[in-house]
Amino acid sequence: MTAIERLRNFCIIAHIDHGKSTLADRLLEVTETVEARRMTDQVLDSMDLERERGITIKMQAVRLHYRRPNGEEYVLNLIDTPGHVDFSYEVSRSLAACEGALLVIDASQGIEAQTLANLYLALEHDLEIIPVINKIDLPNADPDRVLRELEESVGLDASGALLVSAKTGQGVPEVLEAIVERIPPPQGNPDTPLRALVFDSHFDSYRGVVAYIRVKDGLLRRGDEILLMQSGKTFEVSELAVFRPNLVPVEELRAGEVGAVMASMKDVTDCRVGDTVTLAGRPAEEPLPGYEPAKPMVFCGLYPVDNDAFEDLRAALAKLQLNDAALLYEPETSAALGFGFRCGFLGLLHMEIIQERLEREFGLELVTTAPSVVYRVVDRQGQVHEVRNPEELPDPARIQEIQEPYVLATILTPEEYIGPVMELCQERRGEFVTMEYLGPERARLEYRLPLAEILMEFFDRLKSRTRGYASLDYRFDGYRPSNLVKLEILINGKPVDALSAIVHREKAYERGRQLTQKLKELIPRQLFEVPIQAAIGGRIIARETVKAIRKDVLAKCYGGDVTRKRKLLEKQKEGKRRMKQLGNVEVPQEAFMAVLRID
Amino acid sequence: MSRGLYVHIPFCIRKCYYCDFNSFRLRGPERDHFLDLLEQEADRWAARLEAAGGVPVLDTLYVGGGTPTTLEAGQLARLFGALRQRFPLAPQAEITVEANPGTLTLEKLAALREAGVNRLSLGAQVFDDGLLRRLGREHDAAAIETSVALAREAGIPSLNLDLIFALPGQDLRGWRATLQRALALEPDHLSCYSLIIEEGTPFYRWHQMGRLPRPDEEEELAMYQAAIEAAEGAGLAQYEISNFARPGHQSRHNLIYWRNQPYLGLGPGAHSWWEGVRRANLGPLPAYEAALQAGRLPLEREEPISRALEMDETMFLGLRLTREGVDRAAFRARFGTEPEAVYGLAIDRLVRLGLLEADAHRIRLTRQGVPVANQVFLAFLRTVPTAV
Repeated sequence: MTAIERLRNFCIIAHIDHGKSTLADRLLEVTETVEARRMTDQVLDSMDLERERGITIKMQAVRLHYRRPNGEEYVLNLIDTPGHVDFSYEVSRSLAACEGALLVIDASQGIEAQTLANLYLALEHDLEIIPVINKIDLPNADPDRVLRELEESVGLDASGALLVSAKTGQGVPEVLEAIVERIPPPQGNPDTPLRALVFDSHFDSYRGVVAYIRVKDGLLRRGDEILLMQSGKTFEVSELAVFRPNLVPVEELRAGEVGAVMASMKDVTDCRVGDTVTLAGRPAEEPLPGYEPAKPMVFCGLYPVDNDAFEDLRAALAKLQLNDAALLYEPETSAALGFGFRCGFLGLLHMEIIQERLEREFGLELVTTAPSVVYRVVDRQGQVHEVRNPEELPDPARIQEIQEPYVLATILTPEEYIGPVMELCQERRGEFVTMEYLGPERARLEYRLPLAEILMEFFDRLKSRTRGYASLDYRFDGYRPSNLVKLEILINGKPVDALSAIVHREKAYERGRQLTQKLKELIPRQLFEVPIQAAIGGRIIARETVKAIRKDVLAKCYGGDVTRKRKLLEKQKEGKRRMKQLGNVEVPQEAFMAVLRID
Repeated sequence: MSRGLYVHIPFCIRKCYYCDFNSFRLRGPERDHFLDLLEQEADRWAARLEAAGGVPVLDTLYVGGGTPTTLEAGQLARLFGALRQRFPLAPQAEITVEANPGTLTLEKLAALREAGVNRLSLGAQVFDDGLLRRLGREHDAAAIETSVALAREAGIPSLNLDLIFALPGQDLRGWRATLQRALALEPDHLSCYSLIIEEGTPFYRWHQMGRLPRPDEEEELAMYQAAIEAAEGAGLAQYEISNFARPGHQSRHNLIYWRNQPYLGLGPGAHSWWEGVRRANLGPLPAYEAALQAGRLPLEREEPISRALEMDETMFLGLRLTREGVDRAAFRARFGTEPEAVYGLAIDRLVRLGLLEADAHRIRLTRQGVPVANQVFLAFLRTVPTAV
C-alpha cells in the first residue's frame, strides 16, 4: 500500500502530433509498466481508429510504479486526455482527477490553439504545469523560440521547462523526477466518509459498467455497499482495480488514488460520469462538484441504406452510447430516406468517428445527411423552439426570429498568413474580436463566428490558406438573431427533405446555385432527364439538369461466357445498391453531404 | 431444344491491340500438336456423354478463335474429321468458321466446303486502312473485299461480316462509309459491336494514358442507330442487340447462347453450359495441355447454376433478342411459371418507363430500350438485392 504522499496524479496536454502518445509510451516503458516485448506503438490509444488517425478519442488511465534513483517508490497515475477540440469536454473531466499536467509542445511547431485552450482549462483547475519541449532531436527544433512564446504569450514560467525527445528517450528520466518533485500529492482525508468522482466509464458485457474513479476522501474496499449520490442507487462492490494499463484487481482504493470500480451496474444511467460514489452505510454529506453534461452541438440524420437495418442501427447506437455519453440519438422519419435517427455530436470529428465506427464495427451501410447546428426559433407568441433539423423549421409566417449558435474562435497563425485568415473569417460572417502577437512571427486572432460556418469545412480551408500552419480552437459563445431561410432542394420536381438546409439569406442564392451544381456532379445519369432545383419559400432560385443515359449496352458476345457478362452486370448493380431510391431517381450516399463539399 | 458445340482455335498471326480473347501469336510447329490435344479433349467429353446415356445430335458447330483459318487446309480437314467422328451433327446443322481477311485461300475454303462448313464469319472490323492499322489488324480494307469474293467463289452459302464502331479517331461519317462498303458486299449477316476497352490490352493502357480519344456517348448512340438504319435498309433485319440478318440467315449457334440453351466448348478458354453447370476451360496452352496429359478435362472452374439464376440468365440473355425477346411459351415450358410471377414489379416499372413491351406471346425491349439494355437487364438479376 502506498501512502498518499507517494501518489501523483497527472495528465498530458498536447496538440495532435506533438508527441503525447510517444511520451506516454516511453513513460510506460521506463517504469516497466508494459513489458518491452508487449509494447505496440501508442499503447494508450487502444481503438484502431485512434491509432490510424493518431488521435485520442476515449480517455484512458494507467498506473505507473516508479522507483526514484534514491530508491524511493512512487505510484504515478497517468490520465490521458484527448487532443481535439470536439473532446474538450473529456479533457476537463480528466483534469478534475489530477493535480498536475505535462504541457507537451513540439520544439519545431510551437504552441497551438488547442494546447492553449487546454492549458487554460488546466490553470482553471489549479493544476501544476510542467512544460515539456518535445522533439528536440529534430533538425529544425527551436526550443528557444518556444520558451519565449511560453513566457511572453502565456505568461508561464519557462525556466522549469524540460527539453525532451520522447522518440530517443532523451530527458525522459527528468520528466519522471519532475512529476514527483513538482506535482503535489493529492489532498484528502482517508478517515472522512468516502467521496470518489466518476470521471469516466465503459461498459463491459460481463462486468456491466466499469466506473473510473478518483477517490477524493475516505477509503473504498471490495464488498462495500456503495451509494451513487446523484442516481440514488446502491450496489455492492464486486471488484476494484487499477490500470496497468489493463485492469489489475486490488482490495482497496484510498484517498488520492485512481482506479476502477465494478458493482454489477447494468445500466449506464445507474452510474453517470460526474456522479459521486460514497458508502451507503456512512454517506458523505455533500457530493463532489460534478460536470456539466456534454452538449451536442452538431446534429445530423443517420439512415440505413437498407431500410431493414433500422433496428440494427438502433442497437449499434445504443451500444456506442454506453461508452459515449455525449452521443445523442432519437428516431426520426424522412420522406426521402425512410426511418432513421437524428443524432447529436460534440463536433464534426465526433460525428465522423461515430459514423465510421457504425460502418466498421457494426457493418452498417449508412446515409448521412448534412450536419446542422441547433437553431432557436422564437415564434409570434414569444415561445422558443429548438430546431435540430431544417425540416422542423416552422412556417415563416409564424416566426418572429431565428437565432443561431456562435462560437468564439481562437486561431494561431504565422504572421504572413494573417491576411488570408482574416479574409476567410470575413467570408464566413466572422466578427473580429482581437489580435495579439506571440513573439515576432506568430499571431493569435479571435473571431466570433456562426458555428454553422465552422461546419462548412472551415478547418480544411484554414489549413489550405495557411499551408497547414494555422491551428484552431473554439468554444460556444451563445445564440444570436440571424437572417436565416430554409433552402429547399427538389429532385425531379419533388422536394427532398434530407437535402434541405438552413442558410443565411444573403448567401442563399449562391449556395443554391453551388448545391445544384454539386448534386449534378454527384447524381449519376438515369434513364430519364432529372431536373435538380433549389428553392426558397417555394420560389425556384437555381436549376441544373442531369442528362439521361443514352447508351448503355454490352455489345460483345464473349463467346458463350455468360458468367462474365453476368459479373459485369452484377458489378453495375452493386453500384446501384449503394444508392438511395428517391422516387424513380437513384441518389448516391455522398449527395446528402453535398452541402458541405461546395466552395 | 437445340444444342451447340464451340471449338476454340487460339492462334492469330498477331494480336490486335483491343483484343482480350484467348489467343496467341502463331509460331508454326505447334498447330498439329494442338490438334492432338483437342482430339484428346473431344475424346474425354465424348466418353463422358456416352457414359451419361449417349452423345446427343448437335445442331450447330462453331469454330472460333483466335483465327481458325491460321490452320492449313490439311489441318482444317483433320479438325472437322475428328469432330464429326466424335460428335454426330444434324443433317441441317449450321457449321460456322471464323476467318480473318488475309488468312483465306481458295485451297482452305475448298477444304472447309468439303468438311460441310456452310457459314463463314469474317472479321472485317472497319473499312479504313488507317484505323485498321491503329487497331493492330494484319489486313487492309481491300483484303476484306478479296476475301468476300473468294468465299463466294468457293460457294459459302452464308456470310457474316463483323464490324466494330466507336473506335478512337472514328466519326459518324467514317462509320457510315464503313457500313456502306460492308453492305455493298451483300453479306447475309452483319454484327456491329461497339468497342469495349478491356483491361490487359494495349488499348486499355493507352486509354489510361489518355491517348485514345473516343467518340462521346451521343456520337456512339448515333453510330449505333446509323448501323441499325443502314442494315435494315439493306434488308438485314435486326434480331439481336448487335446482330442483323437476311431472312433465314440468323446465326443459329448464337441463338443457342441467347435462348440459354446448352452448348459444349472445346479448346483453351472455351466455355460450356451443359446440364445445369457452366464450365470454363483453362486458357493458357501449357495449363490446358498439362491437364489433358494428366488425364483430366482441362477445366479452370465449374459453376453449378441454381434454378433461380438460370431463370435470371434466361431473362437477360433472351431480352437481347430484339424481335423474339423472351418467349412466354418457352419460359413456361422450362420453368413452369410466367415471368411476371417472378419479375412482376421490375417488368411493370420498365414497361411504364417505355423500355420493355409485354404481350401475350413475348417480353422484349422496345426501340427505346435497346440502347440502354444493360439498365433493363439489371432488374432481372436477383442475386444482388435492390435497395428500395
